[in-house]
Amino acid sequence: MTTAAPVLRVRDRLRDRVAQLAELVATPLVPADYVDLLDPLRNGTDLRARIVAVTAETADAATLELRPGRGWRGHVPGQYVRIGVDVDGVRLWRAYSVTSSTDTTFTITVKAIPDGVVSNHLVRRARAGSVVQLDQATGDFVLPTSRPTKALFVTAGSGITPVMGMLRSTPLDDVVLVHSAPTADDVIFATELRTWATQGRISLVEKHTDTDGMLTTDELAAVVPDLSEREAWACGPTGMLDALETWWPNDLLHTERFRPSVLVLGDGGSVTFARSGTTVDADGATPLLTAGEAAGVLMPSGCRMGICFGCVLPLREGAVRDLRTGDVTTAAVGDGVLIQTCISAAAGPCDLDV
Amino acid sequence: MTAIQKKPDNAIAHLSPADIEELGRSLDAIREQVVGSRGADDAAYIRKVIDVQRKLELTSRAVLLFSLFPPAWLAGTTGLSIAKILENMEIGHNILHGQWDWMRDPKIHSTTWEWDNATPADMWKHSHNELHHAYTNVLGKDNDLGYGIMRVDEDQRWSPFYLGQPLYNFLNACFFQYGIAAYDLEIGKYLKGRKEKVAFKGQVTKVLNKVKKHALRDYVLHPLLSGPSALTTLGANATANLVRNLWTHSIIMCGHFPEGVETFEKTSIVGETRGEWYLRQMLGAANIDGGAAMHMMSGNLSFQIEHHLFPDLPSNRYAEIAPQVQALFEKYELSYVSGSFPKQLASAWHKVFRLALPNDFLAKTAASVTDLPVRAAGKAA
Ligand SMILES: Cc1cc2nc3c(=O)[nH]c(=O)nc-3n(C[C@H](O)[C@H](O)[C@H](O)COP(=O)(O)OP(=O)(O)OC[C@H]3O[C@@H](n4cnc5c(N)ncnc54)[C@H](O)[C@@H]3O)c2cc1C
Ligand code: FES
Repeated sequence: MTTAAPVLRVRDRLRDRVAQLAELVATPLVPADYVDLLDPLRNGTDLRARIVAVTAETADAATLELRPGRGWRGHVPGQYVRIGVDVDGVRLWRAYSVTSSTDTTFTITVKAIPDGVVSNHLVRRARAGSVVQLDQATGDFVLPTSRPTKALFVTAGSGITPVMGMLRSTPLDDVVLVHSAPTADDVIFATELRTWATQGRISLVEKHTDTDGMLTTDELAAVVPDLSEREAWACGPTGMLDALETWWPNDLLHTERFRPSVLVLGDGGSVTFARSGTTVDADGATPLLTAGEAAGVLMPSGCRMGICFGCVLPLREGAVRDLRTGDVTTAAVGDGVLIQTCISAAAGPCDLDV
Repeated sequence: MTAIQKKPDNAIAHLSPADIEELGRSLDAIREQVVGSRGADDAAYIRKVIDVQRKLELTSRAVLLFSLFPPAWLAGTTGLSIAKILENMEIGHNILHGQWDWMRDPKIHSTTWEWDNATPADMWKHSHNELHHAYTNVLGKDNDLGYGIMRVDEDQRWSPFYLGQPLYNFLNACFFQYGIAAYDLEIGKYLKGRKEKVAFKGQVTKVLNKVKKHALRDYVLHPLLSGPSALTTLGANATANLVRNLWTHSIIMCGHFPEGVETFEKTSIVGETRGEWYLRQMLGAANIDGGAAMHMMSGNLSFQIEHHLFPDLPSNRYAEIAPQVQALFEKYELSYVSGSFPKQLASAWHKVFRLALPNDFLAKTAASVTDLPVRAAGKAA
C-alpha cells in the first residue's frame, strides 16, 4: 500500500510528460488530429459511431445499428442519443431514442417525416460503414428502479421507439401497450410486438388511425379500464401528449416529446453572433439556434426542443421570446442572461455571445 | 500604378452607375449559384486535402528521423515543404476565411482553426479578412499595399528609406511568417500611439508564445527525436520553413503587385455601393495561369480575382466560376489581369525595384537605354 501510491504517481507524471511532448510535437494541431485519421472510434477522442447495418422497418422507417466509439458509457432503456450526421456536407444534429437493449452495438429507429432533412437521409441514404458523430445517452424517460407492477404505454408513430427500448430490455409482469399508426403496415416493430402479444408477454391494442380515426381519451379509458392503477409512459405527436396530460386522472403519467409545442411567435429582428462577427435577420418563428446554424455559426445544441439545456448561451443584449410560452426575456449590456436558443426567437435586435 | 481616379485613361470611366449595379447583380448571381450547390462533394474535397496533408506531414517527419542519409533528407524536406505549403494555403488561409464554415464541423471552422504560421489565427483574420479584403488596394487604407515597408504605387510618397526596398522585400520573403506576425501586430500603429498598449502587449505575448512553441517543435524536439540525425533534421525543418515562406510570399506578391492591377483613392470608397465594391475587387487583383498543381499549391490564390470577389466561397469552386467572371470582364470591357507565374512574379519584383526610386526616375534613365524589355529590366535591376 505504502509503495504503490508513489509508483502510481511517477507513472501518471510520466504519462503526462509523454502527452505534453506529443502535444508540442504536433502543434498547432493536437495529437488526436493525427490519430483520428487512423482510428476515429478510439478511446479518449470525440465520441463517434460507425453504422454497422441499416434495416428497413416499414416503408418510411429504418433501424440503424451503430457501433459506438470506446468512450461510450452505455444507456438506460428509454434514453435518447444525439447523432451528428453530414447531410449534403453539412453537419446536423438530431435526437433519437435507443431501441435496443444492447450497448456493444445499439440501435436507433428513424421514421422519415415529410421534408425531414436528417430523417430522410438516415432512412434512405445512410450506408453501413459510414461514421456519424455521437453524444452520450441522456434523458429521464426511463423506468424507475423499482419495477411498476402494472404499466401502461401509450404511443403513436415513431413514439414507439423509447418504449421499445424499455420493453426489449426489461421484463415487466403486466404491460398494456396502446399504439397508434396510420395503417397496420405502418406499425414499426409490428412482427415483434404482435409475437409478444400472442405469447402473452404484453397486451397490445393497435389503433389504425386511417380507418379507425384518432385515439380519444374516452376510448383509452374504455380499452384500459384499470388505467388509473397503472404507471404510464406516453410518446407521440404533440397533440396527443397535450391531450393526455390535461386529461390524465393522476400524476402517474410520464411523457417524452420529440418536438416542442410552439405556442406563439416572436417578432423577429437582427441577430448578432458577437464572437463570430456574424449578423443575420431572423424572423419570429425561427429559433435562434437554427438562425445561427444557417449562418455557419458553431452553435452548441442538444435535444433542440427545450429540455436538455445543451444550447444555452448568454444573451448580451436584446430581447427574445420563448416560443413555448410567449415569455419575453430581455438583457441589457453586461447582463449576459442565459437563454435556450432552441426555443427562443428574436423579439427585436439581439446580440448573442457566441 | 497611380490611383485609377487620377489616371488620364481611367479604366472605369466608360461605366455608368447603372452598369456597375448590373455588374454587381451578375456577380451576386454567380455567388448564389455556388452557395446553392455547395454539398457533399465539396466537403469530401476539403476533408481529403486535410487528410493528405496530415499524412504527408507525418510521413515526411518520420522519414526525416533518418535525415543523416541524404536521400531521406531530400525526400523528407520536399514532403515537409509541400505539407507546410498546403497547410498554410489551401487549408489554413481558406478555412480562416470561413470558406468551410457552412459545413458546421467544429474541426474545420474559422473560429476554431489554428495554423502552422507564426501569426495567431484571430490576429490574422482581423488584419486580413477585415482590413485587407474590405479595403483592397485603397491607398492609405489597405496596408497590404507594401506592408508598411515598401512603396508599391506611384501615389505612395517616396522617401530615401524606400531605396532599400528590394532588400526589405527579399528579407520579408525569407522570414515571411514572422513578417506577417509583425504586420498583424500593427507595430507602426502602436508606435504612432494609435493602438492601446495593453492590447498590444497581450498580442505580443501571444505571438511570442506561438513562435516559441513552433521553434521548439521544428528546431529542438523533432531534431532531438532524430538522434544522430539531429542536425540534418534541424536543417531540413529550416529549409522547409524557408521554402514555404518564399513560396507563399511570391504567390501573394503575384496577387496584387503585378503591372495592370489598379489602386484606388481613399475618398473613392466613401459611400461605395455593393457593385462598386465588386468592381474594385475585380481590378485590384491578378491571377496566375497554371494547371491543377499550381491551383492546389497556391491555395487557389491563382484565382486571386475570384477569391477577392467571393472570399468566403470554397476554394475548389473558383476554377469553375472563373470563365463566368472572365466573361463579365469582357462584357464590361475591363482587363482581367492574368499571366504565368514567372511573368507575374517578375512584374511584381520589377515594380518593387522601380518604385524604390522616385517616380519617373527609371523612365527618364530608361529613355537613354532604348527598348529595355520589362522582364530584362526586372532581372537586371
Ligand atoms: C428526445 C427525442 C427523441 C427522439 N427520438 C426519435 C426516434 O427515436 N425516432 C425518430 O424518428 N425521431 C425521433 N426524434 C425526432 C428527431 O430528433 C427529429 O426531430 C426528426 O427525425 C425530424 O428531423 P428532420 O431533420 O428529418 O426534420 P427537419 O428537417 O428538422 O424538419 C422538417 C419539418 O418537419 C417538422 N418536424 C420536425 N420534427 C418533427 C417530428 N418529430 N414530427 C413531425 N414533424 C416534425 C419541422 O417542423 C419541419 O417543418 C426524437 C426527438 C427528440 C427530441
Ligand atoms: S437544445 Fe436542448 S434545450 Fe435547447
